[in-house]
Amino acid sequence: MLKEYSYEETAVQTFDDKMPLAMRTENMQVFYGNNHALFDANLAFPKNQITALIGASGSGKSTYLRSLNRMNDGIATVTGRIWYHGVNVNEPGVNIYEIRRHIGMVFQRPNPFAKSIRENIVYALRANGIKKKDELAKRVEQSLKGAALWDEVKDNLDKSALSLSGGQQQRLCIARSIAMAPDVLLLDEPCSALDPISTVKVEETLLELQKKYTIIIVTHNMQQASRISSQCAFFHLGHIMEYAPTGTMFSNPQIPVTQDYISGSFG
Amino acid sequence: MEQTNFQLKKQDAQTHEWDTRLHHATKATREDWIGRGISYFCIGIIILVVASMLWFITSKGIATFTQNHVSLWKFLSGTDWAPDQGKIGALPMILGSFAVTFAAAIVATPFAVGTAIFMTEISPNRGRKFLQPVIELLVGIPSVVYGFIGLAVIVPFMRHLVGGSGFGIISATFVLFVMVLPTITSMTVDSLRAVPRYYKEASLALGATRWQTVSRVILRSATSGILTAVIFGMARAFGEALAVQMVIGNAAVMPKNLISPASTLTSQLTTGIGDTIDGTLPNNALWSLALILLLMSLFFNALVRVIAKRGQLKHER
Repeated sequence: MLKEYSYEETAVQTFDDKMPLAMRTENMQVFYGNNHALFDANLAFPKNQITALIGASGSGKSTYLRSLNRMNDGIATVTGRIWYHGVNVNEPGVNIYEIRRHIGMVFQRPNPFAKSIRENIVYALRANGIKKKDELAKRVEQSLKGAALWDEVKDNLDKSALSLSGGQQQRLCIARSIAMAPDVLLLDEPCSALDPISTVKVEETLLELQKKYTIIIVTHNMQQASRISSQCAFFHLGHIMEYAPTGTMFSNPQIPVTQDYISGSFG
Repeated sequence: MEQTNFQLKKQDAQTHEWDTRLHHATKATREDWIGRGISYFCIGIIILVVASMLWFITSKGIATFTQNHVSLWKFLSGTDWAPDQGKIGALPMILGSFAVTFAAAIVATPFAVGTAIFMTEISPNRGRKFLQPVIELLVGIPSVVYGFIGLAVIVPFMRHLVGGSGFGIISATFVLFVMVLPTITSMTVDSLRAVPRYYKEASLALGATRWQTVSRVILRSATSGILTAVIFGMARAFGEALAVQMVIGNAAVMPKNLISPASTLTSQLTTGIGDTIDGTLPNNALWSLALILLLMSLFFNALVRVIAKRGQLKHER
């Protein structure tokens, strides 16, 4: 039986001016039709760190993530402000293609196109107007190296991406996203469809990538959050209950609902 | 000893009782048998009908070559069609059939794909509520109605536009265009809807525009479905008799251009079948035309299967 928790009692950290931030949301609400799915989401994401969003299924963490690069356009109504480089990108006039170019996304299920490994990455680059052959080749190599996939596929770049293993497919999707040199990388439970060994590889990749990118990752797996993230936000039934440095969150949660979730009382 | 024997007997009796209980027929097993019997009967009838039709058309169709000793090559390449004078060159009809079929498919495909993209990607709600029923209605209109409209509208229009009688391949193409459009559209819609949503999301998340996503990801992965749709449309056009007969002019001569009267395999069949006597060359020649139609529809079917198989391979993961 799930206990009732007060939504008034939250512990969400804020950052002072010295902390460089990649993006920030202010009073974000998300509605699916009449269903209010996310309430007053206020989070800020420090640059070049991994922030984990944790919580049970249906807590709104994926909904929150998908709103950040406007993937919820046409699916849900998102109100409030999403600040990115000082611009509110949750406005009608904003070019969503530019946003998605700078804020890349990797999904739960590995979703490479039914094309060759090379074409999967080249597709993204061509979509963004890069056409020169040597530039394309360079970027393909760079991004596959960045996703720690290069050594496994460099001799088979023209093989179908669907012939790769699940973990390799997911790293290909990461490579595809970083090929466009985004600022921010959003990952929606990237390891939930992977075996433990592939998961380790993806996690190592992410730890390496945080030097260049800001990473926001939704995960079901609390061990994963504690292994890789610097900041951690806990979502509960559409409310952000606690947001703190990961170490603090797991050793010393501030409010009852977080304590119960982390100790395994529910979720 | 006595006792063991008794026990064995008792066991035997029990086993026997269970044996009968587990083997005897109940309502459930009888239903099973009846159901199986009915479906075997139905499938048997269908197979019988199809097989005898194939055999009938084939045996009649090859009579031209076996009984009347016309050479197959002369039949396929001859350009004169006058069966009562012994001239049975079927090339004009074969060409006419292929011409209207390909022309209709070429004209209809872009419209069909465009409509399907609108219905699935651009305005799915209006597509489902408004366009879907319209297209289903168009599929259901009898071909004689299409032919009648062609006769009353398109033929006079072509007559005014380019002169001549107005009957011809181009009029037939227009009528067939309208007839195959809903077929191709609705099947294309199905194949576009079957494209996994995560392909679309992957593309959009990479910053690709809607146009790029549709043209390079969605259409690409629906290619085999769209090809199947086009082939089904072509099969319908190839086999359509009545509407074509009403607007093509039915002159069994080599088509010189798109606006002079011509004929197709089907239109020649429907025009000629009433005027011939069973067992004579003119009658046999018509059966040979029917045989070509049959072989072509088998070919279209085979083609659809090949494409579907290749499409499946591509999507296996």
